[in-house]
Amino acid sequence: MGFQLRVPFRPWNWLLLLVALKCSRASSDLNESTNSSAQHDLNVRFAAASFEPAETISVFSLDYDYVQIPYEVTLWILLASLAKIGFHLHPRLPGLVPESCLLIAVGALVGAIIFGTDHKSPPVMDSSIYFLYLLPPIVLEGGYFMPTRPFFENVGSILWWSGLGALISAFGVGLSLHLVCRVPAFGLGDVTLLQSLLFGSLVSAVDPVAVLAVLEEARVNEPLYMMIFGEALLNDGISVVLYNILIAFTKMHKFEDIEPVDILAGCARFVVVGVGGVFFGVVFGFISAFITRFTENISAIEPLIVFMFSYLSYLVAETLYLSGILAITACAVTMKKYVEENVSQKSYTTIKYFMKMLSSVSETLIFIFMGVSTVGKNHEWNWAFVCFTLAFCQIWRAISVFALFYVSNQFRTFPFSIKDQCIIFYSGVRGAGSFSLAFLLPLSLFPRKKMFVTATLVVIYFTVFIQGITIGPLVRYLDVRKTNKKESINEELHTRLMDHLKAGIEDVCGQWSHYQVRDKFKKFDHKYLRKILIRKNLPKSSIVSLYKKLEVKQAIEMAETGVLSSAGFSVPRPAQRIQETKRLSPEDVKSMRDILTHNMYQVRQRTLSYNKYNLKPQTSEKQAKEILIRRQNTLRASVRKGHSLPWGKPAGTKNIRYLSFPYSDPQPAGRDARVADCTGNSDSDSEFPSSPFYTPPRTGWLQERRGTQEIIPMKSLPRGGKPPSFGSQRKTSRDEHVGGGGRAALRPKPLCHMVHEERDSGEDSEEGASAGGSRWSAEHRPSRGHHRSHSPLLRRK
Amino acid sequence: MGSRSSHAARIPDVDSIRRETGFSQASLIRLYHRFQALDRNEKGYLSRVDLQQIGALAVNPLGDRIIDSFFPDGSLRVDFPGFVRVLAHFRPVDDEDNGNRDPKEPEPLNSRMNKLRFAFQLYDLDRDGKISRHEMLQVLRLMVGVQVTEEQLESITDRTVQEADEDGDGAVSFLEFTKSLEKMNIEQKMSIRILK
Repeated sequence: MGFQLRVPFRPWNWLLLLVALKCSRASSDLNESTNSSAQHDLNVRFAAASFEPAETISVFSLDYDYVQIPYEVTLWILLASLAKIGFHLHPRLPGLVPESCLLIAVGALVGAIIFGTDHKSPPVMDSSIYFLYLLPPIVLEGGYFMPTRPFFENVGSILWWSGLGALISAFGVGLSLHLVCRVPAFGLGDVTLLQSLLFGSLVSAVDPVAVLAVLEEARVNEPLYMMIFGEALLNDGISVVLYNILIAFTKMHKFEDIEPVDILAGCARFVVVGVGGVFFGVVFGFISAFITRFTENISAIEPLIVFMFSYLSYLVAETLYLSGILAITACAVTMKKYVEENVSQKSYTTIKYFMKMLSSVSETLIFIFMGVSTVGKNHEWNWAFVCFTLAFCQIWRAISVFALFYVSNQFRTFPFSIKDQCIIFYSGVRGAGSFSLAFLLPLSLFPRKKMFVTATLVVIYFTVFIQGITIGPLVRYLDVRKTNKKESINEELHTRLMDHLKAGIEDVCGQWSHYQVRDKFKKFDHKYLRKILIRKNLPKSSIVSLYKKLEVKQAIEMAETGVLSSAGFSVPRPAQRIQETKRLSPEDVKSMRDILTHNMYQVRQRTLSYNKYNLKPQTSEKQAKEILIRRQNTLRASVRKGHSLPWGKPAGTKNIRYLSFPYSDPQPAGRDARVADCTGNSDSDSEFPSSPFYTPPRTGWLQERRGTQEIIPMKSLPRGGKPPSFGSQRKTSRDEHVGGGGRAALRPKPLCHMVHEERDSGEDSEEGASAGGSRWSAEHRPSRGHHRSHSPLLRRK
Repeated sequence: MGSRSSHAARIPDVDSIRRETGFSQASLIRLYHRFQALDRNEKGYLSRVDLQQIGALAVNPLGDRIIDSFFPDGSLRVDFPGFVRVLAHFRPVDDEDNGNRDPKEPEPLNSRMNKLRFAFQLYDLDRDGKISRHEMLQVLRLMVGVQVTEEQLESITDRTVQEADEDGDGAVSFLEFTKSLEKMNIEQKMSIRILK
């Protein structure tokens, strides 16, 4: 499909671009024409008497200045969005080129247009706007989507690396540049040490998340992924803290005034700012988690709470001169776990998407502004400075990577290989952060600000374009994957089987933490925090309905394509086919291999798929649904055939329905979106990596079951002679189909509920699944006891 | 660490398990914790249901078979030694192991042969030592999406069996299976890093 789109791709994209160009050109034209009468325009709208004697009321007039700023900003954002659409239409481009390249290119384009039309660009970015409005969404998004489990498993390495790495880079680059500036030949004599240090700190602010999409292609391993992510997360905070401290130093005009006391105070301040920020973030995180506990009835404000509290944490930290970035990050990390369990599915989706949107808008604006600054007159090009900056950035990053990892590898159970370290080194792509900090340098303190900006821009362009584009091939090269094209079908099949097997066994082993602290925290978490912060009676009805809808739809599709109706699913073939030794032609073999390759199920990826600019649709959902439906079918078919259940009672004793389909099953469709998100969050004692909703009932209600009988997985016991397969139901009315599907969907949820069913709720009822659902819930409630989280049917949304 | 040794003491037969499986003390303790975490009612053994609760296994195409592999010979329970015995197959291969090995002792569980044998039993449900065409077809069906037609599946199965089958009996014996995978790095494919 991708290739078919390629032909119209180019015309489309150009068309869109042209439209956008026309718009901006139109706007700039308007601006020119109205420029002359700018001084009139201000009051024209509201003045009772206009300057020109008005004989007629003008039927149609233009007022561009009124809307200029929002208009242009909107146009920019739209242009970037159109470019992104075009970017993603191409099948392979997103994997080769990081998306920030695209944004920068768009920015440069807009800058060129504005420069070309001699238009005065709207003052979008100044210090307060950047720090108050543009930066928080970006950081919030990074913190929210960070996978907590791998983060905390590697937290020592991450802190060590990002903290010290940033410091080493900053001071290294700063000091080296200072030495360069001492050389009189370069004409940089007026750059003081402090200025160099400050420049070093801002140019070391990396944004490697931008390359994560590219790295994904190469399937880097999880700890590496986490290092890069963690570095990006903490790097911003640390750079900004350093920046602020150094600015404070710079404001102390005389260099001689700075004594060792001040330097110590600076270091202490660094620590206080960092820790204080995190503290506030955590506090606000808990508060917001607590509040979401009560928002059952007004779920529409749940996203609002999440966002407002995060933002509040940022602002409060900034008020106290603490690190707002670290605060908002800590807030997001803390509240994510609890909020996700509390909020409704729709709010959850809203939060995710809105966050992505906000951060996307912010980043777009910053990049466009960067583009605008690029094409302009406010540059000062100094060969020496720029080249040395570039060189030193790379050198010092390399030094910090290899040195720091050498040390931290001594303490890690699974050290990072040299290959990993090379990847980390090479992923040091700068981003919007550096540019913003450079742009916001106060001119009064930095007479050579333009030179700094130029140098920063060069570094950014270089790293984003050259490093960003080449990191993919580099990783692939380093990976040395055995591309054994001549793999036989045997090998392919068995390889895939082993991959699945390995993934399965890994799941059985669960996640191991290496720190007792983490285990203790988990215990604490379960005992106290969850009781306070998580709702009782989690109403997951919207997920249930979503799952049912999806499953029913899927079932219908599968039935229609004849898959489910093939009763031969688990029936052994009656006779052994005589082995025909056909000689197959190579083309046949090749086509077979292709079929295999393309159609075999993907192994569950343990590494998360994080894309900064996009929330990818979960392709594993479909696969998971197929597998689950097939399993249900197999189970049902095997029961129907009267096989003795491998797990206990023979079929058909009583009409008791044991509602405990693999407990793992519930709402995989609705959940799978979270599965993929949450695989990173799976805990060792929550057997439920796919569900943030699952609270293992420990000794709780299971004990009340103990008296009854052993937990027996559900076999849907056919009622009478009616075969429960979907295929037969296809002949029946749609309602029944829905009911059957509903029943199948309802089945998975609660573990081991013994519900005495005198009649099937699903098969015969004329009502749809919802009625069946409510009936289930009615039966559930008395037998549920005090445990929570299992009956999503309690409330229909 | 003091707590460690007390943990180790709680594991029954810890020394024999160590000898048999080759796990380190630390790994065994972690596995024991995991075993206990999986064991819902603190029964002291795991049943199928316990393993089925692992969410990710449900969406694994081979989930059922993997679970079955923990219950050899149709038993209903697996105790800790049995649990560990299965996982031992996935221990990364240590080169020193092979060097110091006493040739009279049985092969360590994580040797290449044993890993292959473990994988083989996923195919060979009736334990007759051969993967019949039908068994191969079943596995293939499990692993492939629904859009592949039955004829395609059958022809792929035929081809698969044909490629591996050397003595022409229409089934793949263990030795043939091994032979078809001789180029593959089984030690790496079937090793889980954390199980050192």
